[in-house]
Amino acid sequence: MGYLKKKTGVYYLINAVLVFLLFFVLLNLINNRIINRTSTQILTLICINIILAVSLNLVTGVLGQLVLGHAGFMLVGAYTSALFTMNIGLDLKIAFPISLVLAGLMAAVFGVIIGIPALRLKGDYLAIITLGFGEIIRVIANNLKITNGAMGLSGIKSLSTTKNPSPMFIYAYALAALTVFLMFTFGRSRHGRAVIAIREDEIAAESMGINTTYYKLFTFVLAAFFAGVAGGVFAHQIGVIDPSKFDFNRSVEILIMVVLGGMGSITGSVISATVLTWLPEQLREFSKYRLLVYSIILILVMLFKPSGLLGRYEISIPKFLDKLFARITKKTAKTKTGGA
Amino acid sequence: MDFFNHIINGLGLGSIYALVALGYTMVYGIVKLINFAHGDIIMVGGYMVYLIMVKWGLPIWLAVPASIVICAFTGMLVERVAYRRLLVHNAARISLLITAMGVSIFLQNAFMLIFGTDPKSMPPLFQAEPFKLGSFELASTTVINIVVSVIMMIGLNLLVNKTKIGKAMIATSEDSSAAKLMGINTNRVISFTFAIGSALAAVAALLYCNTYPQIKPSMGNLLGLKAFVAAVFGGIGSIPGAMLGGYLLGVIESLTKAYVSTTLTDAVVFGILIIILLVKPAGILGKNRKEKV
Repeated sequence: MGYLKKKTGVYYLINAVLVFLLFFVLLNLINNRIINRTSTQILTLICINIILAVSLNLVTGVLGQLVLGHAGFMLVGAYTSALFTMNIGLDLKIAFPISLVLAGLMAAVFGVIIGIPALRLKGDYLAIITLGFGEIIRVIANNLKITNGAMGLSGIKSLSTTKNPSPMFIYAYALAALTVFLMFTFGRSRHGRAVIAIREDEIAAESMGINTTYYKLFTFVLAAFFAGVAGGVFAHQIGVIDPSKFDFNRSVEILIMVVLGGMGSITGSVISATVLTWLPEQLREFSKYRLLVYSIILILVMLFKPSGLLGRYEISIPKFLDKLFARITKKTAKTKTGGA
Repeated sequence: MDFFNHIINGLGLGSIYALVALGYTMVYGIVKLINFAHGDIIMVGGYMVYLIMVKWGLPIWLAVPASIVICAFTGMLVERVAYRRLLVHNAARISLLITAMGVSIFLQNAFMLIFGTDPKSMPPLFQAEPFKLGSFELASTTVINIVVSVIMMIGLNLLVNKTKIGKAMIATSEDSSAAKLMGINTNRVISFTFAIGSALAAVAALLYCNTYPQIKPSMGNLLGLKAFVAAVFGGIGSIPGAMLGGYLLGVIESLTKAYVSTTLTDAVVFGILIIILLVKPAGILGKNRKEKV
């Protein structure tokens, strides 16, 4: 017997309270300069990587398809949003949110274009076609005039200033929280259950009347959308983008966050995105060996724990509290009976 | 005449794709795995030649067989260390793919650390005068590429269709559990397939170094990707299909370079992959299932 009766509602409430609490603590620390500029940047990058990892986890973990070009969607989003805010002439406070929506939509359009041929078929075509997409989109960005070729775009204005260091973090944090929430509810929705059915057995799902192509495409495009949004935030956070920032290694970094955290575990992705963004910043002198270590970890995890470290397990603080309460009440009940 | 010249050049380039595509298609036919590390085997082959010829200054007749043997062993080693456990346990496809990806990243970064990231230039391997047919002139590299790839294909066809191990390969690809029941050691067959595929990749590496005398750790990426497109184009799992796809892709690339745009050739190749998957996912010779290995 659990301590809390209407569990799901209360769980959501507790989680929401915790997310807000963490937000206000971090915000106050940033605004009072206790967390310095560099650390604020790292915090923002963590939030961006959480969006990327959680959205990739949707395709890799929930749908069970490998995507090797997540950075490609990020590139599309980053350039779309940067070009929009640079050329539209609106106030950045208004232009930035619009540009993020546009970034997501543009990435989603690309998702549809490459998703349709790859996802109509059974098998691993999505992996290779997204790998190709990630490489080609970079070649194209390198050769177009509007993207300014290999030089990239510079002078993208950030909302954060020395006087007010927090706006980018607020956006990134809010979007990360929103992404996590949406992915979590998606997994428990009608769509999510259909997608899980496809992962488990495509033929059986199809014979149950699930339109496999539609659901596969839907999931993939949703992930592309969020990668585009993350790209938009990323562009405005760092201010200078060029195609080499979105290369294959970037896709691999996102993939390893998902694999390490657990394919299908959203909390796992959040934790590993946090650790794998923060740790390399602390270990700069080892950056030469980073990808070598990543690749060895990838192989070892696949060989010995193919579903990732957390598997599909979700860490839940409300559940933990629930158990804790249950134990305390049990103990007090015991002492009462013992005393009588 | 220019047009004809571009086609011949395309065939020369296509020979390299065809040899690499053979490795993809053989491995895919037998274990249904897109072996991402295959492109990097080419890189290993290139660096082995560089190491033996340039660094150690040994003659070419030693470097060529040595790099082929080393590549074959690398392929077998990769299969043994990274894939065997997953194949035996019938692991999810996505685990195999991620492992393959991991091997690819590992090979690239290991070679980057050993040899450095900067491209290394190679000496010309096989020198010959350009061939002349009347007013028509052919670069020796193109002729060598085409001749070697055709010889390799004939050899592979003989190996697959006439020898015992070749027949075991066909049996394993058609139904591996039935093949096991017939007394075929499927693990050995898989290992052998990786060895042959990697040896062909080494030959492709030699031709590549001869044609474009430069190597770098990431050279296998795009080359591997294009070869995979070639394999899908011709019909993945089919050996003649891989050859045909390779030649066609080479010709298309050469014509695009000549008449459309030099910078967008890669995008065109990728566009071809999308169109094939939309129109004829089985590839040109894909129906030919009995040829599958």
